[in-house]
Amino acid sequence: MMIFRLAIQSLLNRKITALLTVLTISVSVMLLLGVEKVRTGARQSFADTISGTDLIVGARSGSLNLLLYSIFRIGNATNNVTWKSYQDIARQPDVAWAVPLSLGDSHHGFRVLGTTADYFTHYKFRRGQSITFATGEPFADLFDAVIGADVAQALGYKLGDRIVIGHGVGSISFVEHENKPFRVSGVLAKTGTPIDRTVHVSLEAIEAIHIDWQNGAPVPGESVSADDVRKMDLTPRAITGAMVGLKSKLATFKVQRAINDYQAEPLSAIMPGVALQELWNLVGTAETALSAVSAMVVVTALLGMVTMILTTLNERRREMAILRTVGATPATVLSLLAAEGGLLSLAGVVIGTLGLYAALYLARPFIDHTYGLSLTIGALQASEWIKLTLIVLAGFIAGLLPAIRAYRLSLADGMLVRT
Amino acid sequence: MTDLAIAPVETRGQGHPRNDAVSFAGVVYTWPGASPFTIRISEFSLARGEKLLMLGPSGSGKSTFLSLLAGILTPDSGRIDVLGHDLAKLSRAARDRFRVEYFGIIFQMFNLLPYASLIDNVLLPVRFSKSRRDRALTEGSLHDVAFRLLAALGLETNVIASATTASLSVGQQQRVAAARALIGAPQIIVADEPTSALDRNAEKGFLELLFAQSAAAGASVIMVSHDEELAHYFDRVVRLEDIAVATRDTPR
Repeated sequence: MMIFRLAIQSLLNRKITALLTVLTISVSVMLLLGVEKVRTGARQSFADTISGTDLIVGARSGSLNLLLYSIFRIGNATNNVTWKSYQDIARQPDVAWAVPLSLGDSHHGFRVLGTTADYFTHYKFRRGQSITFATGEPFADLFDAVIGADVAQALGYKLGDRIVIGHGVGSISFVEHENKPFRVSGVLAKTGTPIDRTVHVSLEAIEAIHIDWQNGAPVPGESVSADDVRKMDLTPRAITGAMVGLKSKLATFKVQRAINDYQAEPLSAIMPGVALQELWNLVGTAETALSAVSAMVVVTALLGMVTMILTTLNERRREMAILRTVGATPATVLSLLAAEGGLLSLAGVVIGTLGLYAALYLARPFIDHTYGLSLTIGALQASEWIKLTLIVLAGFIAGLLPAIRAYRLSLADGMLVRT
Repeated sequence: MTDLAIAPVETRGQGHPRNDAVSFAGVVYTWPGASPFTIRISEFSLARGEKLLMLGPSGSGKSTFLSLLAGILTPDSGRIDVLGHDLAKLSRAARDRFRVEYFGIIFQMFNLLPYASLIDNVLLPVRFSKSRRDRALTEGSLHDVAFRLLAALGLETNVIASATTASLSVGQQQRVAAARALIGAPQIIVADEPTSALDRNAEKGFLELLFAQSAAAGASVIMVSHDEELAHYFDRVVRLEDIAVATRDTPR
């Protein structure tokens, strides 16, 4: 169509400003869609981390805190659960299974989880998927370790490698359990959950490496060798928490209340789904703020476009007068400028969307590895189509503002061509 | 008010409106604004095929006169007929169509869209007017017609084919503007000091080629200028101050 050709030619004549405007809009679109992608990606990633577990038990604390340290390896437990309490809970008639969790050590920044071999059968993620072994098998020996996919990849470990566990959870450990090295007995397949970044050992092993320690430091002169420790009683005195599966979901509240009211020691039992909901409520405000900011960035970009069109308007009054004399109606002049706004925002939206997909494609391995966030590269959602359409429409309407001004000017200018 | 009462009678008594390309009667137009400027033209006519030079110093209302003539401005009162049509009876959209149908317009300078090619600039009117397109098409393809017209107006072939609008001299730009005004044979060519930026030689060449082409198309030419030396190129010379009264009202 004539008008679109003229609008495009006119824009090409102002390549640099037009390109910058398109760039601004596309960056804002990338931000808008990117925030949404990360938001849904994060939610999905979190929600997919645990499934099939009815209750998580830990020392009395906030449910969020308990969920974060026990499942997501974020933060630390405030207190421990005694082994006796754990056994009491596991023995309750409604409880189908219980898996103890013992945290507090690390290996090159990856958390070490002491647990039982049941963990690999009962832990479910992503709507009931089970953990599978890429190679090897669950720990059989006291000093066997099963490592997550990211641990294996990042540190280059294979089956049979010897590893030393550091005390504490920092990425650099100053104190290590170097007299009791572990052997890699299994490598887990990638799950996209914190399991990928965890080193799993048996509960007894956690006990064994701490047996000659007191108050978080090795006791001098009292070193127990790896062979001697095998003969000792390695029943743990305390664990960090436990995952509990029930025979019937109906019993959930009953068991939860029983644990929360447990007399011998203050404990908390939480439902992972409820705690996650609490998390969403907490971060919801931040998410809304983030979405609002990215929407404002889009508005700013469109305002920049209006400014760009307005500043060129004066030199284009000439153009308007020429078009009027060759029969262009004011409506044509109006649509020419509105088309320009629409074209610029359309180009911005298209480039921004493509740019986002390119960025996602390039950054996904990095984000996955660094933040454990697996972002999906899927088709645009209906809501995203609506947003993008609205931006293009807003561009047309924003283009109308200078267009109306040009219309007035071209009426007032008459045959005068201002220089 | 008196103008309005007398003018139509005068026009009917004196003239032969059917043969006129343009006639003004009792036209009053006031520019809005803080210091209104009013122009009154009691009577004016342009015959078909006539070449008319309208002289007037700058600021005397020449551009306003041309805007009224081309239907870009509508008079507050009075009547303007163009080729037998009362402009006031046309809607604004119809006037826009009417303008491109019957007028070819050349400005003093900056006639061209800087981003469009020479040929595209020349072809602008035929994009908006079907009848001008049809008339142009009787002589060949649109591109060829535009090309021939540009060549007839003295532009070299290689310039037409390859030059960008921005690289043209002012004289060359005016020739492109003239080709645009002439394409599709509109009946009236309106020119607003088209040669003011040209030297005498270029001016002579430009006007001769313009008149040759307008004569070939049978078009009337009305040109406004402040330059009396152009008079000998034209059939008739009218001084704006003889037909129009311009008053600059003092602000209240």
